[in-house]
Amino acid sequence: MPQNYVPIFLFVAVVAIAIPATLMIGKLVRPNNPEKAKLMPYECGIDPVDNARGRYTVRFYIVAILFVVFDVETIFLFPWAVQYRALGLFGLVEMLVFLAILIVGYVWIWKKGALEWV
Amino acid sequence: MSGNLSVGWFVLISVIKILIAVPILLGIVAYTVWLERKLVGHIQNRWGPSRVGPFGLLQPIADGLKLFFKEDLTPPYVHKALYLLAPILSLTLALTSIAVIPVGGWVTIRGARIPLQITDVNVALLIILGITSMGVYGVALAGWSSNSKYSLLGSLRASAQMVSYEVALGLSLVGVLILSGTFSLRGIVEHQLGGFWNWNIFGGGQIVAFFIYLCAAYAETNRIPFDLPEAETELVAGYHTEYSSMKFAMFFMSEYANMVTVACLASVLFLGGWSGPLFGPPVLQALLPVFWFFLRVLFFLFLYIWVRGTLPRFRYDQLMAFSWKFLLPLAIANVIITSLVVALRS
Repeated sequence: MPQNYVPIFLFVAVVAIAIPATLMIGKLVRPNNPEKAKLMPYECGIDPVDNARGRYTVRFYIVAILFVVFDVETIFLFPWAVQYRALGLFGLVEMLVFLAILIVGYVWIWKKGALEWV
Repeated sequence: MSGNLSVGWFVLISVIKILIAVPILLGIVAYTVWLERKLVGHIQNRWGPSRVGPFGLLQPIADGLKLFFKEDLTPPYVHKALYLLAPILSLTLALTSIAVIPVGGWVTIRGARIPLQITDVNVALLIILGITSMGVYGVALAGWSSNSKYSLLGSLRASAQMVSYEVALGLSLVGVLILSGTFSLRGIVEHQLGGFWNWNIFGGGQIVAFFIYLCAAYAETNRIPFDLPEAETELVAGYHTEYSSMKFAMFFMSEYANMVTVACLASVLFLGGWSGPLFGPPVLQALLPVFWFFLRVLFFLFLYIWVRGTLPRFRYDQLMAFSWKFLLPLAIANVIITSLVVALRS
């Protein structure tokens, strides 16, 4: 029933008001005396060299792309699983074909070395 | 369910439930921290917290007050808006996912049947998955907005780890969905009532899925042995290196709140939720399910701490290989086998 979703929004509202309120109240009681050394990026006492937002390994992008592929697949499986008994044999065969295509892709990315973290 | 209630009563009851549930959740979070320090202390042959109050029981309150009164430093080089948004987003999402968790059956007050759950929606599992995967935004924003090398590396590692294990986590739930045929967490529990042989882990044969779920859940919450994002010896503190005072506390609380959510979800999906023997007068019969449920949650929280006290940390390549080369094929195999077994049985 649609009205059952209302408490979730109420919950978000309560929490989203309470948390900033805590921060505001905390502002009244906590000390605030910044100084030069405190305001430096934390690097264990060494003066920072270079920009923090430097280049990082391409592996992270590959993981992100693979995630999209496999997560979408999971999303396809969810409604199928819930309606599994109603779909019968047709649903089973259909999903086995879908998974077979996916497994071929999975074996391919494994062979390509996309899953290796060098 | 509440069709016989007027809109005003419905909202009022919901707000009351929220105002009861949030302090309880925060209390559980605080005392999970205490339990962890105490248990890990004993595992390592120390006492753990023992000075503040009996058995150190007031330690979480002392810690909370301390963090509240600490200086909250906003360094000048950060992206101010995102730096502030990240902890708020993390904690809001971590707390919100508790809204759809059923902690018990129904209670009848003045003729109105009220579920022991903030709200019962028929896509509860999807909502939880959606909310918990939003959690990656909090981590990514915190690391990027801090403009510090440790933070950025920590958040990159955390994001990659969370999305990798998200896939295995999602696939491990498909078997449960096949067995119960609903997304509603209440429906999934009601499907498993009537004895432990009906639980999905035993009767449904989902023990492999349960193992995958546990591994993925530990990785999602950045716990040992998957706590690479916060590997202190390499990254100081990971994505929240530049945070102090209450903002740091918010990341800390959201991590433990996520642990509680994952424990609740594991009980609901695999261990029969609130099912257990009922006896005694009606009041006891209404409250016993809640007790059985919290017993399971406590068991999972204990398991978290036990694992933390026992296992060493993975290497990053092992972590990624474990998700993509082991858990993922295992989860797909579990889906295929479960669907075949269910088809053969019916």
